Amino acid sequence: MLSTHALTAGYGDFQALFGVDFEVRAGEVVALIGANGAGKSTLLRSILGLLSVARDMVRFRGESVGGSKPHAMVRNGIGIVPEGRRLFAGMSIEDNLRVAIDYGRKPQRGENVASLWTIERIYKLFPILRERRDQVVHNLSGGQQQMVAIGRALLTQPMVLLCDEISLGLAPKVIHEIYDVLPMIRQAGTALVLVEQDVSLAQRASDRLYCMLEGRITLTGDSNTMTREAIAEAYFGANHAVA
Amino acid sequence: MQWLDALIQGVLLGGMYAQYALGMALMFGVMRIVNIAHGDLMILLALTGISLAAAFSLGTLSLIVVLVPLAAALGWALQRGILNKVVGEDPLPSLIATFGLSIALQNLMLQIWSADTRSLRGGGLESASIDLGGVYIGVLPVIVLVTAIVLTASLDFVIRGTRFGRGLRAAAADTEAAAMTGVNPKTIYAASTAIAVAILGIAAVFQSLRATVSPADGPAQLIYAFEAVIIGGMGSLWGAFVGSMVLGVAQAIGFRIDPGWGILFGHVIFLAALAIRPEGVMMKRR
Repeated sequence: MLSTHALTAGYGDFQALFGVDFEVRAGEVVALIGANGAGKSTLLRSILGLLSVARDMVRFRGESVGGSKPHAMVRNGIGIVPEGRRLFAGMSIEDNLRVAIDYGRKPQRGENVASLWTIERIYKLFPILRERRDQVVHNLSGGQQQMVAIGRALLTQPMVLLCDEISLGLAPKVIHEIYDVLPMIRQAGTALVLVEQDVSLAQRASDRLYCMLEGRITLTGDSNTMTREAIAEAYFGANHAVA
Repeated sequence: MQWLDALIQGVLLGGMYAQYALGMALMFGVMRIVNIAHGDLMILLALTGISLAAAFSLGTLSLIVVLVPLAAALGWALQRGILNKVVGEDPLPSLIATFGLSIALQNLMLQIWSADTRSLRGGGLESASIDLGGVYIGVLPVIVLVTAIVLTASLDFVIRGTRFGRGLRAAAADTEAAAMTGVNPKTIYAASTAIAVAILGIAAVFQSLRATVSPADGPAQLIYAFEAVIIGGMGSLWGAFVGSMVLGVAQAIGFRIDPGWGILFGHVIFLAALAIRPEGVMMKRR
């Protein structure tokens, strides 16, 4: 569904990604793990067109789309929950969600309208948001803000949803609550890419796993059968002593 | 009676300022773009309007109908051609670019229209007045005030309650996150600036009916617009309206005390407002 091919990208003179091959298939949950600075967020940003890449480095539903404008990518069906949530400050929860409905992907002819995300379905997923729908988002707790960010991304009607560190800075109980809804998102037919620093969380929540180190993919495979040792080696590098 | 008259004239003058300030409230208050050429654009539109009216013998209404789309196109081109390249977290590039534009526009206007002051003839409208028990109220200033109220209410509705308004507020809050939600920030900014300059087109017609305009008048109008937006509070359209009223009344009262003090009084009230309530009168205290 979505794939990258020998993708290279960077910031100015600094090259951050070195020939990354990455793939998500329809309906799949793929985890992307790696230490700080391994290039996980950079990969997501390149896919979405926030960093310039060559046309054929990113393919989505059989077409080369690399380097398209981010808003065009979103309207095409690639959604993102950005790192740090990035809600629209000064706007209410409901207005934040409505921006996504207004400007997200429009259903194609023949697409099952009942399968589309609605504000009502987001409120069912996260009931607390319904109670606080008219509050401005900066008054919410971190977990609630993350729920708005996920809801907003879902309302752009993505076929693939990129989740950039959605557990970052949240209490374990809240992380649990948020990861609990992922199967429901998947059931709706949306493929998921989970960027995570918490390796065991990523392993449990995903079908397949990619590990990145210094701008390269160092390990890929089935999440369930992957050993801790293999992950540790790919995560820290071959010469690193396994703790 | 003298002070009541000053108050009424001040509110009416405030109506004119509210028309300058509304576009500024949208661009500076909501989009956070510092447009130093705001006043010069208004003067450019006023002089263009005066020339158009003379060339095609247009009445006031038909002039507005012709000038507003022209102004909108100018705003769209300004955003697409210049401002979209300089907007970002840092306000300095837009400030410098529009400062340059301001100087260029003033010189261009001087070249085309010379330094003469000009005005628009409104067929008696500009001098018509109503006598309300000793207080004379000009018909034109009342029309200006009503127009300002209608424009502010309409724009406020658009920003708060429409798809376009939500997209604009989203783009202004976090341009990148807005793009990640499907908003094309450049298009939406171009449309907003088109609206802001279109409103300036209306203000330009009223300004040239009410007073005279000459190529060097822009910067003074710019200051009034900035002051009104800041007195009212960044991001609040009604705030800019209230700020315009405060400015108008302060100037009218100043003029009544001493004819030399009017403009100064407005600036002093602005500085006082900035010292006492820097967040603006329409903003909640944090």
